[in-house]
Amino acid sequence: MSGHPSTYEPKYAATKWLDHRLPIIRMGADFMTFPSPRNLNYWYTFGGILTLCLVSQIITGIILAMHYVPHTELAFESVQRIRRDVPFGWLLQPMHAVGASMFFFAVYVHMFRGLYYGSYKAPREVLWIIGCLIYLVMMATGFLGYTLPWGQMSFWGATVITGFFGAVPVVGESLQQWLLGGYAVDNATLNRFFALHYLLPFVIAALVGVHVWALHHVGQNNPIGITPKTKKDTLSFHPYYTVKDAFAVVVFLLIFAFFLFYQPDALGHADNYIEADALKTPPHIVPEWYFLPFYAILRAVPDKLAGILLMLGAIAVLFVLPWLDTSKVRSMRFRPVARGFFWIFLFFCFILGWCGAETPDNMVPFLSVGDKGLNFTWLSRIATFYYFAYFVIILPILGLVEKPKDRPESITKAILGDSSHGAAVPAE
Amino acid sequence: MALKMKTAILTGAVTLVAAISGLAYAAGGGGTGDYKMEHKHWHFKGAFGTYDKAAAQRGYQVYREVCASCHALKHLSFRHLGDKGAPFYNEDFPNPNDNPLVKNFAADWTIEDIDTETGDVIERSGIPADKFPPIYPNEAAARAGNGGGLPPDLSVIVAARGGGADYLYNLMLAYDSPKPDDVELTPGLYYNPVMDGGKISMAAPLSDGLVEYAPMMVKNDAGEMVEVAAPEATVEQMAADVTEFLAWSSDPKLEQRKSAGFMTMLYLLILAVLLWFSYKRVWKDVEH
Ligand code: HEM
Repeated sequence: MSGHPSTYEPKYAATKWLDHRLPIIRMGADFMTFPSPRNLNYWYTFGGILTLCLVSQIITGIILAMHYVPHTELAFESVQRIRRDVPFGWLLQPMHAVGASMFFFAVYVHMFRGLYYGSYKAPREVLWIIGCLIYLVMMATGFLGYTLPWGQMSFWGATVITGFFGAVPVVGESLQQWLLGGYAVDNATLNRFFALHYLLPFVIAALVGVHVWALHHVGQNNPIGITPKTKKDTLSFHPYYTVKDAFAVVVFLLIFAFFLFYQPDALGHADNYIEADALKTPPHIVPEWYFLPFYAILRAVPDKLAGILLMLGAIAVLFVLPWLDTSKVRSMRFRPVARGFFWIFLFFCFILGWCGAETPDNMVPFLSVGDKGLNFTWLSRIATFYYFAYFVIILPILGLVEKPKDRPESITKAILGDSSHGAAVPAE
Repeated sequence: MALKMKTAILTGAVTLVAAISGLAYAAGGGGTGDYKMEHKHWHFKGAFGTYDKAAAQRGYQVYREVCASCHALKHLSFRHLGDKGAPFYNEDFPNPNDNPLVKNFAADWTIEDIDTETGDVIERSGIPADKFPPIYPNEAAARAGNGGGLPPDLSVIVAARGGGADYLYNLMLAYDSPKPDDVELTPGLYYNPVMDGGKISMAAPLSDGLVEYAPMMVKNDAGEMVEVAAPEATVEQMAADVTEFLAWSSDPKLEQRKSAGFMTMLYLLILAVLLWFSYKRVWKDVEH
């Protein structure tokens, strides 16, 4: 699976026998000794953190599924029963709910890391695209899962989002009915959402396998974006990065535990503690925080269909990013101008999140006086414009016109300076 | 590297805080007119907060004698009242079904059942394993009895309102605020500035002296049984008590969760320190 020469030597007759037939131990051994750039920083620990998140969601999810009842009359109650009566349900249910937020938090860090260090550039385009696919399936999984507790936000969120399919020309209405299994979000919808919510994490797991395969084929990028040239530029994955990842994982778990035990509801919406009621629309329908930026893009334009296309475009543009960014320099460390635009991009992503949580007609505090000034619709339009401009105008042009800083010759030189007679690197 | 680590943690923290404040901002609101929400210091807030058992016990009395004429508590069984961390927990009765107080409370309610011999619908008194029964036979009846309004189930009411415990407490107290002229009330509606739009179908449920509190025996923070004198049943007192009870009902495992949380965080913290030194050790000879 990995692109580096195998150093595994089976020691025993049995392991030799197995190695000839199925080199599975070799695969594990090669994985553990995979040469990784020696300069990976903590932003590179999030891949491992994400793997843990996925495993945690699957385990807690399977246990919850043993007690959850996918029926409109019983779903809300079954979640209450899990929290009140199922042994450790009080822990597992919030672990799954808070875990989803932590998962998205980690994936956003992971993706912005990729944007900053140019990890999507050759030869990692496929690795990046698989990542984008994972993200797409994660979004679907998150959305489907949020419907299951059958609270007011579950129901109305599902109604709003599936409603957008109705805006598709010609086939919209039949498409929407086909998705819902009826004219409105109801029991048939809940059942299929549950089935799919159970299925998709395993699709993600398979995609993660391919993701890591691609990663091991092309090797990891690194904060300076210079391809490792000699053995000195890399370190064995174990013990160097296992221990670093382990430390980062535990710090991440501390943040996770803080929310899980002390603020389990902070990342959710109070309205989801009200059982779904098809006759009572909540005053503000908002998706989970991790969808807010896309929700803002969706609402930025008055036309429903255009909104959907923009929102889909916001994700689609990520898939073609490797060909939009014309710069050959990977890391933003050597692209001071692009770096500035990157930080503005990050800023506008937060602004979009804010817009997604607000009522569009409301005025933006600090940027308006009375009813004069900027309202949230306009703020989200500006931010949406920048979001797309960053990918389709700024990055393509900048790569052609900017003058990047001088790059070091190698990773080792970057660390030790040109007199690279410094400490020898143990090559394990 | 230590510096980079700090930036990483800081950035992470800032992102989360930003996300949360965004949410809090979105969830806030509510309230009309000049009413100022009173933020009470609840005993169950904070990292080591627990429910004030005496208050929650009195709160059950308020629920039973006042709220229960309209509001159900459908996600609760009587036995839950005697669970660990619940208002009437008694360590002599680890199985709450044996707890005499819980048995008495259950017996105080009438439960509809089927006679297994005859198949007739009968009424019997409750046992700890029963759920709190519905107050109205159906939604239409509930609306008919309340001028068209539907009294919500109270099992998770504190979690279901953005303001949480403060919301419920203030809702009880806000009835005597003066009504602004732009709020129009139709018959069956009352002015309450804590409600969105200022209108509510529930008349002020509490008035001074409405229930009669009795002294009670509860465990203090040091674990000794002490007698708690009966406070005066003012509106404020009853509002605070019933809020304490319903906060427990919304989040009955809060005490378990916080104590497990403390141990977990401590464990993770020690593990993080150990891993940090392992990391330093492993990377000792590697400049990076
Ligand atoms: C379940 C979700 C995911 C898991 C478990 C996962 C796992 C990993 C792992 C273990 C690594 C290597 C360690 C690291 O660089 O942090 C990695 C690298 C990478 N991932 Fe992901 N990933 C996920 C989602 C994504 C997404 C959504 C994207 C982008 C849209 C993405 C893009 C990348 C890229 C470009 C790299 C290479 C980074 C570099 O070498 O600089 N991943 N991923």
